[in-house]
Amino acid sequence: MTYTQLAVLGVAGTVLLDLAVLRTRVLLRRTFWVSYAIVVTFQLLTNGVLTGLRIVRYDGAAILGTDTPQLVGAGRLVYAPVEDLAFGFAMVVQTLAWWVFWGRRGVQRAPVAGPPAAWWPGASPAGSRPRAPRPGRRRRAAGGAARSPDG
Amino acid sequence: MARLSYLAVLAFIVVGTGWLELVLRTRVYRRWRRLLLTVVPVVAVFTVWDLYAVARGHWTFDPQRTTGIRLPGRLPLEELLFFVVVPVASVLSFEAVRAVKRWPVGDETGPP
Repeated sequence: MTYTQLAVLGVAGTVLLDLAVLRTRVLLRRTFWVSYAIVVTFQLLTNGVLTGLRIVRYDGAAILGTDTPQLVGAGRLVYAPVEDLAFGFAMVVQTLAWWVFWGRRGVQRAPVAGPPAAWWPGASPAGSRPRAPRPGRRRRAAGGAARSPDG
Repeated sequence: MARLSYLAVLAFIVVGTGWLELVLRTRVYRRWRRLLLTVVPVVAVFTVWDLYAVARGHWTFDPQRTTGIRLPGRLPLEELLFFVVVPVASVLSFEAVRAVKRWPVGDETGPP
């Protein structure tokens, strides 16, 4: 099989894993899509270095594009074959599906993430304890939303 | 020094996400057992993919820009590290968003 074919299969298998096998449904969560947007940005940057400097090289016969890296076009995006987007997506989704799967099974559900350090924008003033929202602030409860009881 | 190029990219990813543990208090490294259970199946799947791709010549690695340390199946050490570093970075990003936004992701309680 070519890298292109494997990339399509990889994404399909990953979606199945998340929605049907583990039933973690990470793909249906806003938290996933926001974090994926961040991750894919840095993927383009770091993978651009790996492929643009030709640290990793691709066989033109295995991908949609050619074996010559270019910034955009001919099956390439920031020097990397477009197939790498599928590869990365599969890796990130599989990782987060397993992470949520183990959390649901009760493996180290706590300590939960946050709250951010006190100086982080939007953090609650104490940096650790939820407080009442400050008047005039639109931010949802100013980081003072209720925590899960097992947190 | 050029031989450390790939490792330098990996180091950038580790450092670029590591601060989330300290500033946003993602508590991902602290939950290392859950992290280990998460990373192991991903490493397994993507190592198999990589071994197949290397065997079929889908991609190759510049010997001048990698350490040259090869694992069984001619897999560069950097590739195996990539399959650990990137999943850890993904979980850190995920928990960082969660630390700030507090949207539910489904693991707040047990299975329904």
